[in-house]
Amino acid sequence: MADNVLHIEGVNKTFGGLQALGDINLNIEEGKTHAIIGPNGAGKSTLLNVCIGRLFPDSGTVNFDGKNITGKQPHEINQMGMVRVFQTPEIFPELSLLQNLMIPAFAKRDGAFKLNIFKSLRNEKAIEEEATKILWDFGMADQRNNHAGSLSRGDKRRLELGMCLIQHPRLLLLDEPTAGMARHDTNRTIELLKEIKETGMTKIIIEHDMHVVFSLADHISVLAQGRIIVDGLPEEIKGHPKVREAYLGNAEI
Amino acid sequence: MYTSIDPSTTKKDTMLLTAFTLVVLTMPLWLAPLGAGYPDLLQKFAIFGIFAVGYNILFGLTGYLSFGHAAFLGVGSYTAVWTFKLLSMNAIPAVILAMIFAGIFAAVIGFFSLRRTGIYFSILTLAFAQMSYNMAYSVLTPITNGETGLRVLQEDPRVLDKLFGVEAQGSPVSSIFGIQMSGYSGFYFCAVMLIIGFYISLKIFRSPFGMKLQAIKSNQTRMEYTGYNPKPYLLTAFVISGMYAGLAGSLMAVTDPLAGAERMQWTASGEVILMTILGGVGTLFGPLLGAGIIKYFENIFSAFNEASLHEVFAFLPDWLENIVVTLTHPFVGEGWHLTLGVLFMLVIIFLPGGIMEGGRRIQAKFSKKAATAKE
Repeated sequence: MADNVLHIEGVNKTFGGLQALGDINLNIEEGKTHAIIGPNGAGKSTLLNVCIGRLFPDSGTVNFDGKNITGKQPHEINQMGMVRVFQTPEIFPELSLLQNLMIPAFAKRDGAFKLNIFKSLRNEKAIEEEATKILWDFGMADQRNNHAGSLSRGDKRRLELGMCLIQHPRLLLLDEPTAGMARHDTNRTIELLKEIKETGMTKIIIEHDMHVVFSLADHISVLAQGRIIVDGLPEEIKGHPKVREAYLGNAEI
Repeated sequence: MYTSIDPSTTKKDTMLLTAFTLVVLTMPLWLAPLGAGYPDLLQKFAIFGIFAVGYNILFGLTGYLSFGHAAFLGVGSYTAVWTFKLLSMNAIPAVILAMIFAGIFAAVIGFFSLRRTGIYFSILTLAFAQMSYNMAYSVLTPITNGETGLRVLQEDPRVLDKLFGVEAQGSPVSSIFGIQMSGYSGFYFCAVMLIIGFYISLKIFRSPFGMKLQAIKSNQTRMEYTGYNPKPYLLTAFVISGMYAGLAGSLMAVTDPLAGAERMQWTASGEVILMTILGGVGTLFGPLLGAGIIKYFENIFSAFNEASLHEVFAFLPDWLENIVVTLTHPFVGEGWHLTLGVLFMLVIIFLPGGIMEGGRRIQAKFSKKAATAKE
């Protein structure tokens, strides 16, 4: 299966006596938006953490672009092209918006470590332009020199998304990209994510908001108690009895 | 408190550096009316300025608080004195070798200390520095000459000097091609080193490397998930600041060819932290200001005694003069630490960004006034 960007095989993870992930098998196809849904505590974030290198699985392998990345450091995995938007925005609050975007652009160009002590930032026009372009696209160009810490929560999340996009990732992981957002901000984010989808970027999205899931996903996996209970196209998931059961019949599906 | 790279221009930076050079080189002139225009103190200003500028590259940019930089100061001093003893009384090889050795020492200590962050990192650096200090006093006595301190002697080999037929007369003094490094010439040598050190620090602040260090300070987790390996960045910053400390230590030996273990004690590390915080962490000039103020207080305020206070307040009526002198007496002489402590507390409480923040606030007020005046 050469066109699988991510291939997770038999991944297990336990915390103490609690099985967070049990025998997870998952394939993420090239160019698809794959949603992972499930009730609270189902292991969705743990699964992302295993992919990105924050947690190591007890057993099983994670293959990214045909290479085994189990046990690799987060920065190595990022350099291979997998980037993540966190549930709570992880940005550089003390730096300006422009600098927040230039840092990931440098990472893409310079790699994990480069000793450019005597180069001046003023001569990094290409990187600056790239960062400014993202700010224009996101409608934040007028705030380029403001500190990122002064942004609203919604804007922080969009900035973080920009920081991921500037790296032109092979696989983008989105951990509840609209959690805690007002309806208006949510719709804006959906539009943005739809635009990204058109570029053919492969994405994994974790989301509670079914409106978001069904507007974006090509494929949905339902996770409950650390196991994938259903895996299929959005039409198949809608109204699936097992999914209803997992959500105790409360889901607005 | 925000510490970020100002969007400044090449022209502005050139002007900044020119102004800085002029201010440093004219220090003997403008510090004379303040009673601080004598070579000994001027040398201290420059040397501790270098120490603080270097420390700021680690603490100011990455936020890693090292309690062990005195060790690098000590290593610099010992290396310099050994260079005087074995190779030559010329100051240049001493300075270069001191920086190399301090750098190697910093690489080793940094490699282990940087395995931890926050308070654990601070404690590790403190432990390493205290270990070095105690070793310099005890087991390493053959190298450090223990309590007596390491001194340059008439009968030392000085291979290079012998080779070129330079013969030291009386007690040897370091020099550069015949110019003795004491008094004002010693100060000017330190001043030139300070200007070069400041220039390099400015370059680092304005480089992508400097921005990445600030990003590590701001959010190390994000850095890792953005594809950076923070370790080598932190280690580089640690080694660079260790080399600045080594340079400062070697200059202490250049201006006075002597090295003692007390230079490695934790209080010396504490002092450079105070300087950096007092002036403004992460700012270009703050650490220099802090170093200047602390050294000024240490040397000028401590020299005041009751008699000199009576002289200062002689214009007051006798009864008032006595009251004022009684009140101010605890703050001078032996009590200069009290003045420094009060100043430090006031700065931390009201200006957490240091004296530089005070300067910025005043500037902001003035520009606001100017703006309203225009309207």
